Amino acid sequence: MPHVTYLRPKNIKEALQLYRATPRCRLLAGGTDLMVMLHAGALQPAPQAVLDVWSLSELKGVRRVRDVLEIGAAESYTRIIGSRDAQELVPALVAAARTIGAAQIQNRGTLGGNLANASPAGDTLPVLLAYDAVVVTDRRTIPIDAFFTGYRKTALESDELITAVRLPVGRNVQFRKVGTRAAQAISKVVMAVSREPARIAIGSVAEVPLRAGRAEAALARNDVEGVIAAVAEDIRPIDDVRSTATYRRQVTQNVLRELLDALARG
Amino acid sequence: MRFTLNGREVSFEGSGARRLLDVLREDLGKTGTKEGCGEGECGACSVLIDGEVVDSCLVAVGQVEGCKVITVEGLAEGGRLTPLQQSFIDHGAAQCGICTPGMLLAAHVLLERARRPSADEVREALAGNLCRCTGYTKIIEAVLSCRT
Repeated sequence: MPHVTYLRPKNIKEALQLYRATPRCRLLAGGTDLMVMLHAGALQPAPQAVLDVWSLSELKGVRRVRDVLEIGAAESYTRIIGSRDAQELVPALVAAARTIGAAQIQNRGTLGGNLANASPAGDTLPVLLAYDAVVVTDRRTIPIDAFFTGYRKTALESDELITAVRLPVGRNVQFRKVGTRAAQAISKVVMAVSREPARIAIGSVAEVPLRAGRAEAALARNDVEGVIAAVAEDIRPIDDVRSTATYRRQVTQNVLRELLDALARG
Repeated sequence: MRFTLNGREVSFEGSGARRLLDVLREDLGKTGTKEGCGEGECGACSVLIDGEVVDSCLVAVGQVEGCKVITVEGLAEGGRLTPLQQSFIDHGAAQCGICTPGMLLAAHVLLERARRPSADEVREALAGNLCRCTGYTKIIEAVLSCRT
């Protein structure tokens, strides 16, 4: 690995100054994605520096502010899972966090990292879409449905830092991940569904975490069979190392039916 | 930069972007920590940072400045194996041994937090540690027999 400078800012202000001033600088939080790619030399362009935001106190915490739960961008999945407020107010996010890797990954992985990495298989991303989450950065807020702009591409500017994620409390969202095994699996299909409002969000079935627009329109009309038919038109699955397009299409329809049943039972 | 390794203060000069795994093995002589996949999938490089189990291949060494790091070498005190380590031996819970340091550390954390974990809780706690030899049964039995 060529020499990479390690930068550890004391606070968010210093982090932003360094991020702006340092060429070819990548943000580092829990490292679960970045350290793998850095070591493999897989990052293009090759970074000259990593800026460590993992321990910035401004990026930590899970707090309720009126009708919103705000989660710090560098808060670990373990802390989210352990938060009473998160368990009570956004249980589908807790359910998703529990399916990510195992203890080692949950202790380091973060929502900010999952968002910035923008993998189509990111396990929390369909949940954030189903909750209509808001991504908070150092300079603005970005609605989640405007955040993913292409394969591993986001609406973030080159020197922009995610600071928190806001979720509305009290929405009934159902979550399901299908992988090769219960733990430590990368999803073949990952889905989060809300009935009111109608939200159907799916990962690993397109180049981005996807809102299934046609299926949502059918759901808003209470046309359940129409939802199942339409979702196959909304998704764009591919054959790859983890699964096939045919399997993903079938599983998407099966899981969607199961989640709608669960929502109907209340 | 400085951190505490198995109870002793150590210092490290070099890029903080290097993997904690490599610094432990190559610079600090702690080769009990193994590299398996190097991608955070297998848990062979598990260590404890401030009491939490993490994959040391995913940690930049600069991130442990001021932290308490425990490797498998830090479990036994004064050359005396812990009950968990002895139980792994007694149950034949190790074959090739590559996963064993990570298994011990993940199980150590579990037993510190839950004195009487169920078999399912043991499986969940060890889900991030892959073993290609034992089929897991003897490992799980070894941990269960250490319940207090």
